[in-house]
Amino acid sequence: MSAQTAIQTTDLTKTYSGARGEVIALNKASFTVEQGKTLALVGESGSGKTTVARLVLGLVPPTDGEVSILGQEISKLKEREMRSLRRDIQVVQQNPYSQLNRRHTVKRIVETPLKAFKEGKPAERNDRIVEMLEAVGLDAAYLRRRPHELSGGQCQRVAIARALVLNPKILILDEAVSALDVSVRAQVLNLLKSLQRERNLTYLFITHDLGVARYIADDIAVMFRGKIVEKGSREEVFEIPKHHYTKNLISSVPLAEPQEKSTKPKTIANLPNPNPSDACAYRSRCERGQVETECVSKVLVPNSNKSHQWLCHFPLNERI
Amino acid sequence: MNTGLQVRNLSVSVPTTSGQRLAVDNISFDLPKGKSIALVGESGSGKSLTAYALMRLLRAPVQIEGGEVVLNGELISNLTPQEFRKIRGGKIGMVYQDPMSALNPLMKIGKQIVESILAHSDIEKNAAKKRAIQLLQEVGIPAAEDSFNAYPFEFSGGMLQRVVIAMALSGNPEILIADEATTALDVTTQSRVLNLISQLAYDRGLSVLLITHDLGVAAQFADELVVMYAGKIVEYGEIRGIFSKPLHPYTQALLESRCDYTIDFTKPINTILGQPPKPENRTSGCAFAPRCKFKEDICESNDPRLESVLHRSVACLRVNEINALSGRE
Repeated sequence: MSAQTAIQTTDLTKTYSGARGEVIALNKASFTVEQGKTLALVGESGSGKTTVARLVLGLVPPTDGEVSILGQEISKLKEREMRSLRRDIQVVQQNPYSQLNRRHTVKRIVETPLKAFKEGKPAERNDRIVEMLEAVGLDAAYLRRRPHELSGGQCQRVAIARALVLNPKILILDEAVSALDVSVRAQVLNLLKSLQRERNLTYLFITHDLGVARYIADDIAVMFRGKIVEKGSREEVFEIPKHHYTKNLISSVPLAEPQEKSTKPKTIANLPNPNPSDACAYRSRCERGQVETECVSKVLVPNSNKSHQWLCHFPLNERI
Repeated sequence: MNTGLQVRNLSVSVPTTSGQRLAVDNISFDLPKGKSIALVGESGSGKSLTAYALMRLLRAPVQIEGGEVVLNGELISNLTPQEFRKIRGGKIGMVYQDPMSALNPLMKIGKQIVESILAHSDIEKNAAKKRAIQLLQEVGIPAAEDSFNAYPFEFSGGMLQRVVIAMALSGNPEILIADEATTALDVTTQSRVLNLISQLAYDRGLSVLLITHDLGVAAQFADELVVMYAGKIVEYGEIRGIFSKPLHPYTQALLESRCDYTIDFTKPINTILGQPPKPENRTSGCAFAPRCKFKEDICESNDPRLESVLHRSVACLRVNEINALSGRE
């Protein structure tokens, strides 16, 4: 592993046991994020994106496989070592209001990580908090405000300030802009891009929005039912998607270009089959998968072309 | 007479620290039969309040301050609450953003639909059950007879939204209001649910009022677009015209700040600085002026009115200068 690797996972697997038996939330996911780069995990709800975040943060132990953060395999770390690693890996969550303690002031919210790591005297802390707030576009007037006095976008800026106040190297962003309005989302995305440049941050960006993924990420991993079904650079995945699911995701995004309304709308696509198996889980929704017997019987093996990898027996090969 | 829905001078007030203020300010639009219009704007622009006002689902101190609503030539805004119950869920159906909170979690799905059918017709329970199963089939729920006995928690978000749509259709409405109905769904599910709504609208000749903050969803779905800002309509017209040449600076800024996969990712996205004003902070003049890059003194002193420009309505004092239009039409 090179010194510049920020996050590396190998065959990462997580199963949960529920009332109806075992659920494979994540199935052998392997990916690497270099320092200063952004990997976007895209997929629909239930695809395992957030499970990846929880495993990478070390909040739950994996059933199988490994996570390495900045060259250290986290399952082998002692509690104390893990604690000091947490300084380098922070998280921003989806809901701007519920991730902040509504009874605390902005100052106290951003101060909490500093206190937890016993950094600086109160006066120094105050300077760092103000500096951090300014970096995310809020001024010192916000120190005494509480979350209910802030808009969604401002709350998200406070959450980013809290995550960055310890100068971490890695930021996990779990649907961090999904709850925001278009204009506010654009502001926060621009902020995240400039913070990344200034601080050489590594982002693991979890989103269901392909437009956001394309804007922010260097590399994209597409997840479906717990598996990474395609990954590659932004250009590879968006320009020549190999997996039918990726193409379906891309073509499902409603574009701001009104269509000539046909008198008869398109027929409704098939509904998902709720029983995934070892074979291709996407086959019940795939045009190809419904006619080809191999999609049911043959075990999927990863195919690749340079950095572009995919899990499909009948990959596409068209430019979009 | 089947002329669809007309909304005239609708206003809704909300309580603020400085008394009741208008959050929906004198808006008018037409929803012709079989057409769909999209109401877009940021949170707080008054789009959901408009929907709730049309359904008379507001509760004091939030209240309708004035305006007329006409359905098929009949004035429905002066009906008594008792009379209006036939309209709500009958002639006008509504689909809400969060399907989980629109359904009773402790009651089987089928029973909830039957309840709503019985509220709007005189048929017997057995016939209502048959009708509920038909509705579930119509919205694409597989194994509708089994699903009739399922509880909401057994369904995914997309499936639940189909159930809510079935329920909205149970009174055989002519108007369907969809308030951020696909916002909580994944892209693939969203596109299937939107297809379902257009299919149903086509089959049943429904008029649809789609409320969304997603310009992409509006573009794919609607015939006409109403852009709201701070409780007022700022631009209103045929959708393709607006998307190809937005005239109001707010519509322009909103389109420029979108982040879909067609934009140039090497440049920062254009944003709209600041926040929309809250109802208590709205002063005279154009509400968008503080955030507008074309602002001049006149914008802060004079109220813009909706005026007809290029076959649509725009509320901007400088619309002709900004868009280099000749100023006559």
